[in-house]
Amino acid sequence: MELSQKTIHQINDLLDKKEVTVTEVTQAVVNRINAVEKATDAYLSLQTETALEAAQALDAELSGRAKKTPLEGIPYGLKDNMCTKGILTTCASKMLYNFNPPYNAEVYDRLSEDGGILLGKTNMDEFAMGSSTENSAYKKTRNPWDLNKVPGGSSGGSAVAVAADTAFYTLGSDTGGSIRQPASFCGVVGMKPTYGLVSRYGLVAFASSLDQIGPFTKDVEDCALVLNAIVGHDAKDSTSLNLKKIDYSQNLKQGVKGLKIGVAKEFFGEGLQPEVRKSLEDAIAIYKTLGASIVDVSFQHLDYALSAYYMISSAEASSNLARYDGIRYGFRAEEYSDLVDLYKKTRSQGFGDEVKRRIMLGTYALSSGYYDAYYKKAMQVRTIIKADFDQVFGGCDVLLTPTAPTTAFGIGEKTSNPLEMYLTDIYTVPVNIAGIPGVSIPCGLDNNGMPIGMQLLGPILSEETLLKTAWAFEHESGLTNLKAPLGTEV
Amino acid sequence: MSLTREDVTYVANLARLEFSEDEVTALADQLGAVLDYAETLSGLDTSKIKATEHVLAVQNVFREDEIKPCLTNEEALANAPESEAGCFKVPRVME
Repeated sequence: MELSQKTIHQINDLLDKKEVTVTEVTQAVVNRINAVEKATDAYLSLQTETALEAAQALDAELSGRAKKTPLEGIPYGLKDNMCTKGILTTCASKMLYNFNPPYNAEVYDRLSEDGGILLGKTNMDEFAMGSSTENSAYKKTRNPWDLNKVPGGSSGGSAVAVAADTAFYTLGSDTGGSIRQPASFCGVVGMKPTYGLVSRYGLVAFASSLDQIGPFTKDVEDCALVLNAIVGHDAKDSTSLNLKKIDYSQNLKQGVKGLKIGVAKEFFGEGLQPEVRKSLEDAIAIYKTLGASIVDVSFQHLDYALSAYYMISSAEASSNLARYDGIRYGFRAEEYSDLVDLYKKTRSQGFGDEVKRRIMLGTYALSSGYYDAYYKKAMQVRTIIKADFDQVFGGCDVLLTPTAPTTAFGIGEKTSNPLEMYLTDIYTVPVNIAGIPGVSIPCGLDNNGMPIGMQLLGPILSEETLLKTAWAFEHESGLTNLKAPLGTEV
Repeated sequence: MSLTREDVTYVANLARLEFSEDEVTALADQLGAVLDYAETLSGLDTSKIKATEHVLAVQNVFREDEIKPCLTNEEALANAPESEAGCFKVPRVME
């Protein structure tokens, strides 16, 4: 196996034994980028030279000491909505085409502190609004399993970089499924932690009550390692949870004997691709053989989650994106008659169609006369959905669902119908509404060889249980560190 | 429910956006379809349900008002499309 294809923990074994250097590891992934990036287009910007210099400097240090953290010397990528001082942060929008953040996102500071080596910023749907990464103002990222298919979204670039071995891990953000759905489409592990577990400081806001940063990795063990590095209280984010630190690797391999895994028919409804259903049934059978008990659970109000999600997220987006006015940073229209016209021209030229659609939807839902019917109603529905999850987790430890109704769809297939695109998030959005954690792991391939994702959900702060449950399946099924049929030269 | 062209133009002004005639037509259709879908919400009786703004019961978070380093004037203005004399520059707003 090529170095670039290995997991973080495999690389760590080699680094610890001094069998490879950080420079060799970084060079291997840079070579891989040079070979396949033009086919996958996962990155919006690359700093491979800076990465190689950092690697050499670190090797000099490591000749005299042991690695201080598991992520030290491991090259990674960040979604381009996380602020990086001195490195453009565009959110894949024309609106921020020249934005050079004056400060770092907390997650970037933490990874830098840990000795991580940043390779580049990954492509995404503009301002994280979308399910296919086709809403990027700059490029279309392609799924390494089939270059004519979308990688999912909105963190499509982050998912592809891990799937194509052009990063050992990446961070994405998940507002309604933007980590889990692309992880599912690209055959990698993607986790959305509990709301508040990872600092959002320096994450460009989309829907503040739903946004959460999380990792994409090649296997579950790596997911625990990255989570360990990014979780923790941050005084700069007032919604950040102040809790005792947990080592998510510690109980990873404990097994699932006696664990109650819930299955809800509401997640296996109309529109579910037959192979996805079959693959999930196989996974359930595996969990049975591992000693977990499978219990039937049910939701009363899941049908309302998607509507509530689009109302809440669009309303919050319309408010958050009001800051893009062409005055303090980013794009400004060249011609305008007065201040209001400057705002209108700047925003109309700077934002793409989907972002404008969401701002319009959100502004409508918040406008006088409609606030009660849409926005307030949606927040009441959030209370109900949350209660539904509480009741379900009264009867099981973990809930097993598909991550998405189908495997990756074709590029261009759903762009003309926004509602159809929104429906691809139907199994992921309830999770953000309730603030609970969820992880997507590969559980098979469909008849066209495209990856299928299984979603594991648990109550607030159940990350340790979710990772243990995910690891047990991964270990038993052997569906780990899957390799897309993407050649070494494309 | 469908959205009229007037609705779209009204909301566009609130959002400080402007659209061509064709875009207004398309938006009326697309937003109308999403709002139709969202109509399912009205079937649910929520008269006795409290709204959840945030999923976790985090209260106001206070800190001591200490002086800490912050952006310099130059850093704050570095991304500005136009600035002058240490300020962001905007078109004239008063005659």
